[in-house]
Amino acid sequence: MRKIKEFIIEKLILLCGVASIIFVVLILLFLLNEGLSLFKDIGPYEFVSGKKWYPISEPPQLGILPLICGSLLVTLGAAIISIPIGVACAVYIAEVAPSWIKDILKAGIELLAAIPSVVLGFIGMVTLSPLIKSVFNLPTGLTALSGSIMLAFMAMPTIVSIAEDALYAVPKSYKEGAFALGATHWQTIWRVILPAASPGILAAVMLGIGRVIGETMAVMMITGNAAKIPDGFLQPVRTLTATIAAEMGEAVVGSEHYFALFAIGLILFIISFIINLTADLFLHRKERR
Amino acid sequence: MQKILIKNLNLWYADFHALKDVNAAFEDRKITAIIGPSGCGKSTLLRVLNRMNDLVEDVRTSGEVLFDNGNILSPKCDLVSLRRKVGMVFQRPNPFPLSIYKNIVFAEKIHSPSTPRSGLDEIVEESLKAVLLWDELKDKLHKSALSLSLEQKQRLCIARLIAAKSEVVLMDEPCSTLDPQSTAGIEELMRELKKKYAIIIVTHNMQQAVRVSDYTGYFLLGELVEFGGTDKLFTNPKDKRTEDYITGRFG
Ligand SMILES: Nc1ncnc2c1ncn2[C@@H]1O[C@H](COP(=O)(O)OP(=O)(O)O)[C@@H](O)[C@H]1O
Ligand SMILES: [Mg+2]
Repeated sequence: MRKIKEFIIEKLILLCGVASIIFVVLILLFLLNEGLSLFKDIGPYEFVSGKKWYPISEPPQLGILPLICGSLLVTLGAAIISIPIGVACAVYIAEVAPSWIKDILKAGIELLAAIPSVVLGFIGMVTLSPLIKSVFNLPTGLTALSGSIMLAFMAMPTIVSIAEDALYAVPKSYKEGAFALGATHWQTIWRVILPAASPGILAAVMLGIGRVIGETMAVMMITGNAAKIPDGFLQPVRTLTATIAAEMGEAVVGSEHYFALFAIGLILFIISFIINLTADLFLHRKERR
Repeated sequence: MQKILIKNLNLWYADFHALKDVNAAFEDRKITAIIGPSGCGKSTLLRVLNRMNDLVEDVRTSGEVLFDNGNILSPKCDLVSLRRKVGMVFQRPNPFPLSIYKNIVFAEKIHSPSTPRSGLDEIVEESLKAVLLWDELKDKLHKSALSLSLEQKQRLCIARLIAAKSEVVLMDEPCSTLDPQSTAGIEELMRELKKKYAIIIVTHNMQQAVRVSDYTGYFLLGELVEFGGTDKLFTNPKDKRTEDYITGRFG
């Protein structure tokens, strides 16, 4: 009796595992099938380098270069803001802060991570974009910069918590060795602890950026959604993710527009995959040492 | 010549009395061994001498430790220059996860950042020669220090102190992770180094103390029971407790 029970439970668990793999494969196949269908009509190079995205004109113009630029610009801005602040914050928590401040900061960062992105986007829309509009004297505050700032808030919790773990994992003997050679606390952090933790910190950065690239809701609300190639941070842009979210509902199933959205999804998938893979490589390099 | 003089030193970890009224003098260009059973305060004494105990919370001291005409226990003591002059070799070799070259020039870079490249090169060569690693490593100075063998790592840590221009070298059981052959190598190196440095070595290996040291101190429960010439202490101890320990009746 007990044996049968064991057997059933074991097989059930196996089934769950297999099912999740099958789902992933099915999703990937579906994405590939729909996305690649587009390239019967237009070439991949034309798609990626085309400067015009007019999906409902006749014939539709499906060039996603403006969207790629939008995504890259917003992501770059978010990285420039979130990486230094995030890493500095992790160093402060792991190395400098007295324990009560440490507790407050960690709780605050967890809270930040728990805010749904739509809420963050909404807050950004009513506070940040008017501010940017008036500070830079712009016609609209819905710009790439607004999106970057909002996304930086989303990347920060990931960067801080993973970088902090990496810093804690640095053996205490390194720190003692540096102090015993007369290094100050700051010199020890800069010259020994940060280099020792660098693979973990790089992984933290990659995962934070990965979160930013995939983010949809907040950017859709706050970046202005203009599918033009931007020439600066102070212009409205539209990202790859926002395009899918905004247009999937109205695209006619089976049309070129519909397939183009899937092709965009495929590109996003490839980008995320590369980023996660890189992060993984960094993390594993650390383990091997 | 006396390099370090300890007068009535007491130390408490919170309310645990770890060092009790210690008086001792460490000679320059000599090796002083500190022996005693585990937990008796040997490491604690060593870590007073370069103020590494400051990293531990809730430590109090009283008494005086005179070095360079000043009391290093005073709040006015400049920790950066003290730790540069009084270097420490740890039980587990702890080279930084940087290149061999960067490990050696670490102290120079923080204390005199404007030293030119050629000066750094010279320091690296000199210090590696002093620890007899130059021939082995001169072609892979930019390899990670973590790729070295344990003995090489420990020698590198000693080279790091030489490069820092230390005057006193504190060694806390520097051979306890090494095999007998590497241990012999490090001991040989110590005899070489004592021509220039004052060396204080903590060891729980009495043979090692006999082999390398000129003076020996025996610690028991935070008290320096006996201190004197190594030959004398091991052949003709004054204190009954020392005799019990060295004849193996206890410890
Ligand atoms: N950071 C610390 N906090 C509290 N007690 C300590 C600390 N370090 C050492 N001790 C205590 O002080 C005594 C001496 O320790 P230590 O100097 O490390 O001994 P030894 O090196 O001779 O083995 C031990 O009883 C140990 O438990
Ligand atoms: Mg010890």
